[in-house]
Amino acid sequence: MAERLLEIDNLRVEYHTDDGVVTAVEDLQLHVEKGQTVGLVGETGAGKTTTALSIMRLVPAPPGRIVSGSVHFHGEDLLHKRLDEIKKIRGNKISMIFQDPMTSLNPVLTIGFQIEEAVVLHQGLDARAARARAGEMLRLVGIPPEREGDYPHEFSGGMRQRVGIAMALSCNPELLIADEPTTALDVTIQAQVLELMKRLRQQFSTSMLLITHDLGVVAEVCDQVAIMYAGTIVEYADVNTLFTNPRHPYTRGLFGSIPSLDEEVTRLNPIKGLMPDPTALPSGCKFHPRCPMAGEICKTRVPQTTNLGQGHSVHCMIYEGLVPGYEE
Amino acid sequence: MENLLEVRNLRKDFQTKKGLLQAVNDISFNVRKGETLGIVGESGCGKSTTGRAVLRLVEPTGGEVRFEGQNILGYSSRKMREARKDMQIIFQDPFASLNPRMSISQIIAEPFDVYRMYNPSERAQRVQELMRTVGLSNKLVNSFPHELDGGRRQRVGVARALALSPKFIVCDEPVSALDVSIQAQILNLIQDLQQKLDLTYVFISHDLSVVKHISNRVAVMYLGKFVELTTSRQIFANPLHPYTQALLSAIPIPKVNVEKRQRVILEGDVPSPVNPPAGCIFSGRCPYVMPRCREAPPPVVEAEPDHFVSCYLVSDKMPPHVPATAHSAGDSSPT
Amino acid sequence: MRTETDDIIQSSDEHPGELPEKLSPDEHPPLTPAPELSKRRGQWGEVWRRLRKNRTAMFGLAVVLLIIFTAIFADVIAPYSFRVQNLDRIAEAPSRDHLLGTDDLGRDILSRIIFGARVSLQVGFIAVSISIILGGTLGAVAGYYGGRMDNVIMRVMDVLLAIPSILLAIAIVSAFGGGIVNVMIAVGISYIPVYARIVKASFISIKEQEFIEAARAVGARDGRIIVRHILPNSLAPIIVQGTLGVATAILSAAGLSFIGLGIQPPTPEWGAMLSSGRHLIRSAWHVATFPGLAIMLTIFALNLLGDGLRDALDPRLKQ
Repeated sequence: MAERLLEIDNLRVEYHTDDGVVTAVEDLQLHVEKGQTVGLVGETGAGKTTTALSIMRLVPAPPGRIVSGSVHFHGEDLLHKRLDEIKKIRGNKISMIFQDPMTSLNPVLTIGFQIEEAVVLHQGLDARAARARAGEMLRLVGIPPEREGDYPHEFSGGMRQRVGIAMALSCNPELLIADEPTTALDVTIQAQVLELMKRLRQQFSTSMLLITHDLGVVAEVCDQVAIMYAGTIVEYADVNTLFTNPRHPYTRGLFGSIPSLDEEVTRLNPIKGLMPDPTALPSGCKFHPRCPMAGEICKTRVPQTTNLGQGHSVHCMIYEGLVPGYEE
Repeated sequence: MENLLEVRNLRKDFQTKKGLLQAVNDISFNVRKGETLGIVGESGCGKSTTGRAVLRLVEPTGGEVRFEGQNILGYSSRKMREARKDMQIIFQDPFASLNPRMSISQIIAEPFDVYRMYNPSERAQRVQELMRTVGLSNKLVNSFPHELDGGRRQRVGVARALALSPKFIVCDEPVSALDVSIQAQILNLIQDLQQKLDLTYVFISHDLSVVKHISNRVAVMYLGKFVELTTSRQIFANPLHPYTQALLSAIPIPKVNVEKRQRVILEGDVPSPVNPPAGCIFSGRCPYVMPRCREAPPPVVEAEPDHFVSCYLVSDKMPPHVPATAHSAGDSSPT
Repeated sequence: MRTETDDIIQSSDEHPGELPEKLSPDEHPPLTPAPELSKRRGQWGEVWRRLRKNRTAMFGLAVVLLIIFTAIFADVIAPYSFRVQNLDRIAEAPSRDHLLGTDDLGRDILSRIIFGARVSLQVGFIAVSISIILGGTLGAVAGYYGGRMDNVIMRVMDVLLAIPSILLAIAIVSAFGGGIVNVMIAVGISYIPVYARIVKASFISIKEQEFIEAARAVGARDGRIIVRHILPNSLAPIIVQGTLGVATAILSAAGLSFIGLGIQPPTPEWGAMLSSGRHLIRSAWHVATFPGLAIMLTIFALNLLGDGLRDALDPRLKQ
């Protein structure tokens, strides 16, 4: 088996707000193997971004708090490291690409300076080597190195995301966390950026945790997929299995909600209802109020992980034999 | 089929510091009674401006918008106010499009206030009816927008658009801000309402899958112009314009093991609509660009019945007798 | 925050409308807990809830309310009249008879401060109302219509802003004479530009929002859009500035009185009292000190309240 680069266990993150305690992530299990790209899929409020921020120890506190669990990176628990140790890992061994790179780029510094700064800080390169490195990174993402003297606002959205990628890769990280990296982009630009990410991933053999709500992007770039709902992962499988044989009712519902380009579907078959109120999550299985298959037991019992073989696991009472399942 | 809306040579220019921005650049199309015409394009292509210009929410710079045969661009503001009862809009952002200081019932009843319709009890009943129509519980009448999630807010926006019993609704990216499961609910609602209330839609979106799903015909827009307009089946089965082809191939398909189309990765960014390229507007990024593409814009031709496209690659193959009337895209049914 | 129960789409026969069919089942949102009535409140309710949590703001509010209360019931509360002189007991130090002592004419300082609250608050609130109404209208017109109108209005405001407001007030009062009404007008006019700018800025940002376009799409006219849609949404910054503005106005009025241009004796005004006590500061410190403390406390309380309101009205600012 390949080496587990990142392993998250029983992670629980809460936000303490005026309206009550929001459990953003609950008993989360997830791992990323070396060289793999894992897609973390879910809707708004599922806890995807909180998961990513927990890995980087960037959950805003207060109101956020990592209550329990562990995040092992190379076998060491990041949650128990000192802040100065974490800072050596952040942006160096683990780096992040954001949805809107404008928020992660400093508007008053040139992009060249910002890349060089990271390289000098983490890799200990001297100014000249850092400059060469920045130019090289920019060329790699398809930006002429002459533009390193430009400021973030002088780039278009797609170009800015390339700068974000160049910055994230400048220290040659082992793990890249990409939080909706193409959501803000137009489809033709998204195609460029996805192509670039695929190419660079091969070139650098970086592992990646890709957070997205777009199953199309997942099919395009991921090896493994984790489907997240209301703070927990409800299904985990490799991309082929998940797309050809989705098991969890929520996963199936997601597929039923997407309009298809190549098939004639007159009516979509959406999941009924809405995301639950995060301050008052349903008891038992959190998906039961929206689940077409739910039985009585789903209201009270929390589903356990069922292994369906070949790394395909699902959190649903159907597969524990407690609720009648689908007629196949 | 009868045309409810006929748009001819529609233009909207904005004066900017960098120069004249031609957001909508000489567009003509028809919307048939009871159909959904989809407009798809990337950000800044002018699709939203087109939708707003048709409703005179932005004042068009030129052209004609004929609604039921009458050119509404010539209407006085008084007459236009009457016309608005038949022409409504659903907005993209269900957070920004509802006044945060008004309750749900006030928002839905606002059109009745404006036109001084109904007495208070009739009004309350009409609001209840509308809320039921869009699937909102009556318990929400006195709620405020911030208490609702995006899907419910969008339902409020739909109810407001339906309040005056319009014939025609512009849906401007109505599901773009919503999660997929909620998006599907709203798409179904929009479809159901069309059948029940005999509505005609212009449906604007950047998402080709959504547009294809809901529309009868689809127009592909690039830099202020329609480059292709045909049925939603043909736009997928037989895209003729290189931009449509690139757009289709760029969409990540949520499937594995399917034969992926040859991906066309376009170079560069969408050019600025200020001082667009001379000749074909797509010439700057087109993988098949020829010298003449940069000289004069290609004519609009009907490549097959109900399939209009503006590209030399297509028009060159057409028999010469086909009239290359420049702005006929959408003048589909011969009169 | 979602608070309601599920959307039950009732069978329609009890409501004979033109749209009788039920919607398909997938339109039914799920069962969530029953609505809590306490959560059913408008945005002002939210503001009040946030304000209540802010202790310093609540302290400010309590002091302001206390001062307003004192001003209203001055006749009942004040132990003495504010005008009766007792020349036998001039500039006496605080004692059991006169808790805050007497002034140079033997008047009870506590009573004069209590009656003075009336004058100061009146001046403060009315002057601010004048500036909000005039400045707000000008700002609204400038912000909504823009263009040349905006240019003319805002350049006039710039000219007004270029003159220090106290100087402007002095000029107005010297031209038209002192007295409480003229002081209010003078102070009110001198702060018009502040409100014009605030209202213009919020009008500009709000008129670009989609719900304004939505109102226009249903046929609403300008007047309705301004009054019903833009104004309610631009109140927050006006309220905050207004609260802080009352404090500034009180101070300006006190300043005018201090230099002898404001409210004329024997009307008890804190600034005038301070002024009349200043030559006794070595022999009878309390004559100037207590009116000064009254001014300070009022302004301090109003500022605490104003800051608290700002946080409560725009929770994003705080985090």
